[in-house]
Amino acid sequence: MSAVSLLQVRELVKRFPLKGGMFKRGGGVVHAVDGVSFVVEAGETLGIVGESGCGKSTTARLLMHLIAPDDGRVLVEGREVGPSRARNEGGSPGGLTLNELRRTMQMVFQDSFASLNPRLTIETSIAFGPRVHGTPEREASARAQDLLRKVGLDPARFAGRYPHELSGGQRQRVNIARALALEPKIVILDEAVSALDKSVEAQVLNLLLDLKADFGLTYIFISHDLNVVQYVSDRVMVMYLGKIVEIGPVGRIYADAAHPYTRALLSAMPTMDPAHRTEAPPLAGDPPNPIDPPSGCRFRTRCPFAEEVCAAREPLLTATEDGHRVACHMAHAGSGHSKAAALAAAA
Amino acid sequence: MIAYLLKRLGLVIPIALAVSAVCFSLVYLAPGDPLSAIVPSDASRELIEQLKKEYGLDKPIPVQYAIWLGRAAQGDLGTSIATGRPVASEIGKAIGNTLVLAFAACLVGFTLGAVFGTIAGYFNGSWVDKAVSALSVAGVSVPHYWLGMVLVIVFSVILGWLPAMGAGEGGSGDWRWDGEHLKYIVLPAITLSVIPTGIITRTVRALVADILSKEFVTALVAKGLSQGAVFFHVVKNIAPTALAVMGVQLGYLMGGSILVETVFSWPGTGFLLNTAIFQRDIPLLQGTILVLAMFFVALNLIVDIVQTGLDPRIRRA
Amino acid sequence: MSAVTINGGGTPVDAPARTQGYWTGVGRRLRRDKVALACALVLLAIVLAAVFAPFVAPDDPTKGSILKRLMPIGTPGHLLGTDELGRDMLSRLIFGGRLSLTMGISPVFFALMLGSLLGIVAGFVGGRANTAIMRTVDVFFAFPSVLLAVAISGALGAGIANAMLALTIVFVPPLARVAESVTTQVRSLDYVEAARASGAGGWTIIRVHILGNVLGPIFVYATSLVSVSMILAAGLSFLGLGTKPPDPEWGLMLNTLRTAIYTQPWVAALPGVMIFFVSISFNLLSDGLRSAMDVQR
Repeated sequence: MSAVSLLQVRELVKRFPLKGGMFKRGGGVVHAVDGVSFVVEAGETLGIVGESGCGKSTTARLLMHLIAPDDGRVLVEGREVGPSRARNEGGSPGGLTLNELRRTMQMVFQDSFASLNPRLTIETSIAFGPRVHGTPEREASARAQDLLRKVGLDPARFAGRYPHELSGGQRQRVNIARALALEPKIVILDEAVSALDKSVEAQVLNLLLDLKADFGLTYIFISHDLNVVQYVSDRVMVMYLGKIVEIGPVGRIYADAAHPYTRALLSAMPTMDPAHRTEAPPLAGDPPNPIDPPSGCRFRTRCPFAEEVCAAREPLLTATEDGHRVACHMAHAGSGHSKAAALAAAA
Repeated sequence: MIAYLLKRLGLVIPIALAVSAVCFSLVYLAPGDPLSAIVPSDASRELIEQLKKEYGLDKPIPVQYAIWLGRAAQGDLGTSIATGRPVASEIGKAIGNTLVLAFAACLVGFTLGAVFGTIAGYFNGSWVDKAVSALSVAGVSVPHYWLGMVLVIVFSVILGWLPAMGAGEGGSGDWRWDGEHLKYIVLPAITLSVIPTGIITRTVRALVADILSKEFVTALVAKGLSQGAVFFHVVKNIAPTALAVMGVQLGYLMGGSILVETVFSWPGTGFLLNTAIFQRDIPLLQGTILVLAMFFVALNLIVDIVQTGLDPRIRRA
Repeated sequence: MSAVTINGGGTPVDAPARTQGYWTGVGRRLRRDKVALACALVLLAIVLAAVFAPFVAPDDPTKGSILKRLMPIGTPGHLLGTDELGRDMLSRLIFGGRLSLTMGISPVFFALMLGSLLGIVAGFVGGRANTAIMRTVDVFFAFPSVLLAVAISGALGAGIANAMLALTIVFVPPLARVAESVTTQVRSLDYVEAARASGAGGWTIIRVHILGNVLGPIFVYATSLVSVSMILAAGLSFLGLGTKPPDPEWGLMLNTLRTAIYTQPWVAALPGVMIFFVSISFNLLSDGLRSAMDVQR
């Protein structure tokens, strides 16, 4: 890659301290995001999947700098996010101020109703972002109305309405318009369609795809719905307990996932295709305690292939082939796992 | 559970200290010397200085506070300027009277409130409910000192059934548990009970209506449980909260009895407070406010602990 | 280009282009609430009478003649009788409204300002500042309100200003608590996060997103405090800690008329009736306001 990736995330860490509980046992820490690194190229859609509590939403908020990371860096177009002045020292391009970040990356939230201030009209809500950044009112309003049109809501009928007068699907369209008002390059969609009825969901998804083409956007699409992720994504990233377990092109992941967790998730997908009926057993065991994750590979307590090496050493996210990376001892020759030996032999 | 108790007690101490500091410093809010009330205006400088030393007013304020607090912790609240008797004993006598009154009012308030509230909750939405709601709103809107006057007008002046003032014959300050004295407590207790009745009625009504509308009650009835048994379930669920509210109300009644006690010349702490204010009896004022405030803090603490103890959700944590 | 206008599922298709905001909806519901409406009218009448007292009252409230003392209700020329110094009761009640209403409403108003400021800032900033502010507020919560009002007022000395100051101090803690609680709730909502994501600064977010959604509940709570404030203010005057004679004020009048209950009981009870009416009207109005604002989404 000669060009710099649009978004680079390096070793992001976020820990949440637990307050001292009833019995003052305090000091426990939830490792919500524990060393996450990935890149996003311009124009693609990266899907992020995982169970509740795996750290997807926290990652999104860390990217947006709505919460501060404990460690790690986020670079947009090669520029690190942070107070700009200091960065120029090392000769790297000047850092990105928060303000600039806001104009580059925006987010659409899950709860369409809670995302909109019930006291403001739709137009005011959409125009808020541009106004904050200095756009004069008339221009901001015009942009808001234009965006309403682009998301399929007639401004003449909708601009003056209030959130409670719209349906869920319409509100989500408004949220999308609001995210686009600042003309970002990247849009993070955090479970943006999860709360909608299926038919509405399909419409909004198609709208998102159209908008991406029209505006040349890059998407980060977070969802627990694997079908939807398959439909929209170019690449997919699977998270488990704060770590990435697998990341690769959507076709590769869905057809032949390498990590046992991914396979288990995919096998649980409901599907109409009789050829894809699964007889594999579901995931065994309960999701472990995020405060006290298992040693070594975090998935080993539920993995049917766990061996000693899995408890001893944590598998790192390493490449298996171009664009595909997986964090599992089975996939890497020489790791000590019995299955890995077979790989080495085959190679 | 023990750990929770200790933690809770630990939290109370800073509040109690802060409260005592506020009590102490109240007296210094007024412009002018605290001493000016008792000292004749033509007193010589030496006399004033001497009095200051005697009352410890020549030391800096934080030191005075520390001394006062230290003595108070040992039960010595100083000497009343007006009567010359120890403040602690004055309060001791009065607080008994107020406790009796507050308890009586609380009992009446809780009983009536629970009954009315439960009825209203069961008949949610009907005219019974509306009537009870109207009554409880009236209960919290009525100035209770005025109500006291009205009750005196009706039952004392016009009907002559009950005495208008005092805790005993001839407006005496001693109260005993006997038939003779019982009639003196009736009007003050009823007057004081109006506000807690209103509040408890509202609370109980909301709780009962809420419980009855919950699905688990429907499930119980579907299983064939009799109405009586359901009622028992309802009571079990609302008892902790209702008791907690009553406990807090008791605290308010103790602290807020001054108005009713003034109307009926009931010899309690409220009456004492009144006297202390108008005679600018500093030690008595500080001591009374301190005792009442501490009582309120202690009561809140007890209510908190009991409620937590009764709530199985927290207990098992 | 995807300019297709879809309905996105299940909308009222023929809704008007510009619809009503939140407050017009509240106003509409309030107007339909007969009880609240009646209370509002009663209050309006009393307030107007107090404001225009010199024109409405038949007599001078401070002039009286001992010869005419304690005359019963219905005496010709003195519709509601006379007080212990021979002054016309009706006039005293009307003029009394000025002081009583002022002493009742002003403390709540000032406490609303101060309490909201403290609570909103504490709720928005969170963390240690929040704890510091709220713990300080909690100290005053440790006193029963009547006791605190009497203690402060007693310490400061009698007088209208002192009584109002005492009451303001009494009402700041509950208002601050409500303000903090509501602000904390609103602050965690997605639209506030979205506003932060848009790059807005703290004060902008408070101004545009928080205030509008928080002042409503705070205001409703404040209106429910007015009735308590009126009763307490009159109570302080009743104890002799508020207004001083010969100023007409309902609580003070109850005090001076106390001995009259043996001779003219119903005249003596009149000032309390006024307090009761105003108090219950405020309470019912506040309840109505709360219901009107409780929109089911």
